[in-house]
Formats: sequence, C-alpha cells, structure tokens
Amino acid sequence: MSGTTVDVDTLGSAAILRIRGEVTSASEAALGEAYAKATSAGARSIVLDFSGMEYMNSSGIGLLVTMLIRVQRAGQKLMAIGLNEHYRQILSLTRLDEAIHIHDTEAAALAATA
Amino acid sequence: MMATMRQETETDEQRAAEATPEASPASRLRTSRDEAWAKPVDRVSVTAAAERAPADTVQGRKLSGPLQGFGRMWQKTFRVPLYGATLSPREVIAIWKAEFPAFWPKSAKFYAPLAGIAPGEVALLELKPLPGAPIKLSTGVMVIYADDESFTFMTPEGHTLSAWITFSAFEENGVTVAQAQALERPSDPLDELAYMLGGSKMNDRFWEQTLANLATRLGAGGVPVETQRVCIDKRRQWRQVGNLRHSASIDTMKRTATAPIRAMRRAVKRASDRR
Repeated sequence: MSGTTVDVDTLGSAAILRIRGEVTSASEAALGEAYAKATSAGARSIVLDFSGMEYMNSSGIGLLVTMLIRVQRAGQKLMAIGLNEHYRQILSLTRLDEAIHIHDTEAAALAATA
Repeated sequence: MMATMRQETETDEQRAAEATPEASPASRLRTSRDEAWAKPVDRVSVTAAAERAPADTVQGRKLSGPLQGFGRMWQKTFRVPLYGATLSPREVIAIWKAEFPAFWPKSAKFYAPLAGIAPGEVALLELKPLPGAPIKLSTGVMVIYADDESFTFMTPEGHTLSAWITFSAFEENGVTVAQAQALERPSDPLDELAYMLGGSKMNDRFWEQTLANLATRLGAGGVPVETQRVCIDKRRQWRQVGNLRHSASIDTMKRTATAPIRAMRRAVKRASDRR
C-alpha cells in the first residue's frame, strides 16, 4: 500500500493541493499539513487536484468532509479537479459533490476562484 | 528520475496489457478496489433483502450524509483492541460482516440484506429513538463501501442521523483492533433535540455494546471499549430544517398512533364482507 503525498502550489488567492498516492485514514496528517500550509499562505480557495491519486476509500471520503468543514469555517471555497469518472460517481454517491465544486481543468477551477 | 521510473513502469504495464488479453496486476487491483464502492443511486431501493421489516421509511429515499443533516456534526470513534485473539484484520472483518446482526444489542434489530454486506445492498433496522421510548423506529442503511478490511454504511433521508459509519480492523502494535467510526449529524431539529436529551449517549452505549459483543465472539471479551467524541462542526444547518418532512420518527409515530384505527377499519371491512 502506498502512502499519500500532498504538494501545495499557491497561485494568487488559490492554493492547489496536488494529491498523490492513496487517500485513506492514514492520509489525515498529510492532508492536514497541506491545508494548514495553504491557509497560512493566505489562500481563499483550496483546489484539490486528484489527478495523481491512485485510490480513495471511505475513510478518505471522511477526511474530505472534515476538510470541507474547516474550509467553510474559514470562509474559503473548496474545489476539486482531476477526478476520473469513478471518483466523480463516488462524490455523487456520498453527496459531497453538493458542497465541493468539481471542475474539469485547473484553468476552469482557477477561473472560478476569480 | 522518479518521473522517468514511473513512466517506465507504466510502459511495462501497457506492454503487458498489449501482449496478453488479461488485465495487468495493477489494473486488476484498481478494478477490485473500485468494486468496493457502491454505484451511485438517485434513490434507495429495498430489494427482497429485508422484506421482514417495514421498508416504507427507506424505499425511494435519497441517501443523506453528514453534509445533509441539521444538527452539530460529530465524529465518534469506538475501538477495542482484541488482546488474546489471533485473528488478522481481514479475518475480523469477514466475521463481522457475516454475523453483523448478532453483535447488535437486543434492543435493536438489523435485517441484513440477503446478499450480505456488499456494496449497494440495503439493510433495514428497527431501533429506539430515545432511551425508554415506547416505539421502535423503522429505518435502514445502504452499504456504500465494502472491502476486506472495512465497510461503510450511509443513512437514507428520514433516519435520525445523517451519517456514515465505517467498521474497520487494523493492526496496531502487534494487536488487531476492531473499530467503528461514525461521522454524523442529527437529521432534523427533533432529532437534534432527542440527541441532546440522551440519544447521543444511547447511541454511544449501543456501539460500545456492539464492539464488546464482537470482542467476546472473537475471544477477547472483557477488554474495555475506547470511545472518542469530537465535535467537527458546532453549527446547526438551519437550511436543512426541511428534513423534518422525511422524518422516520414522525412516520413511525404516526403509524403507531393510527394502528388501532386501521385495525378497526379492517375488522369492520371483514365483518361487512361476511354479511
């Protein structure tokens, strides 16, 4: 089982969290640290880039919910890019797509932050 | 260097896929993991699975997770280290799935789907909404995820909690640990009130008892269950106040209150049919 790495790129008021590997309960620290880094850099929008993600289980979905709550509390916006059809369906099944804005491309997500 | 190595790996996989009609190990792993998730559904559909219990508070309802609930959001974790048991996490999950209803406290019933705990299956439940409540609430859950090491239920609209609960087993310091972790919000204002008036504690005791029963079954009885409660979101979602219209508690109360009238009508009809 591979772990999770999350790189943070800051572009203006948006931070892109590039997720690689697996998103499971073991990813809590990596995601939390990346979010803290993005927030301390002043990001108003958090874009989760799933294009490098190999797998996400139900505990991983739970982590997205807790991140979403932190984002909402901080008055930020949460977006997702790089989701394949399977994970789009999972966000639909869990109704997370009602709260996380899904975009096809990074450019579209960044345009939506403006 | 890393990028080059990854590219080479992918190329090898692609070559293998082209050379043989069978899928590569990586794609097989991806497929089997993908199959752990249920397919998206617009509405919950109760199959023959649980015809033994009332399904009208579940059939045709949408799924409702912690984002769709009304009350404060809580993450509750119940765990028991299985000291003395020599089972792997996979063996624990296999037993937990196969015998799930047997571990529930006697105050509640879990009508398992005939196909077992598998992605997309729906189970029906009967539970007390509050300690000492004279009625039992009929509701259900859908299995949204199930693999060899964990499985997750999501509630339908009308359930007292808008929630996911994940049951898992893992190894920690050489000991297999069984865990239930819920992410939940009471679904509507009445549910939030009931939750504050004892429903939450009753819920905690329910899962503590369930894990204690599981530990006993696995040969690790007597080990205390550890409980952790974290308030994830203190805010109530007033925009979800309309969830009241789906309330299984209200439906069950209405059905219970009108049962004598319905019974009387049936008796009158039978009598007039005989004449």
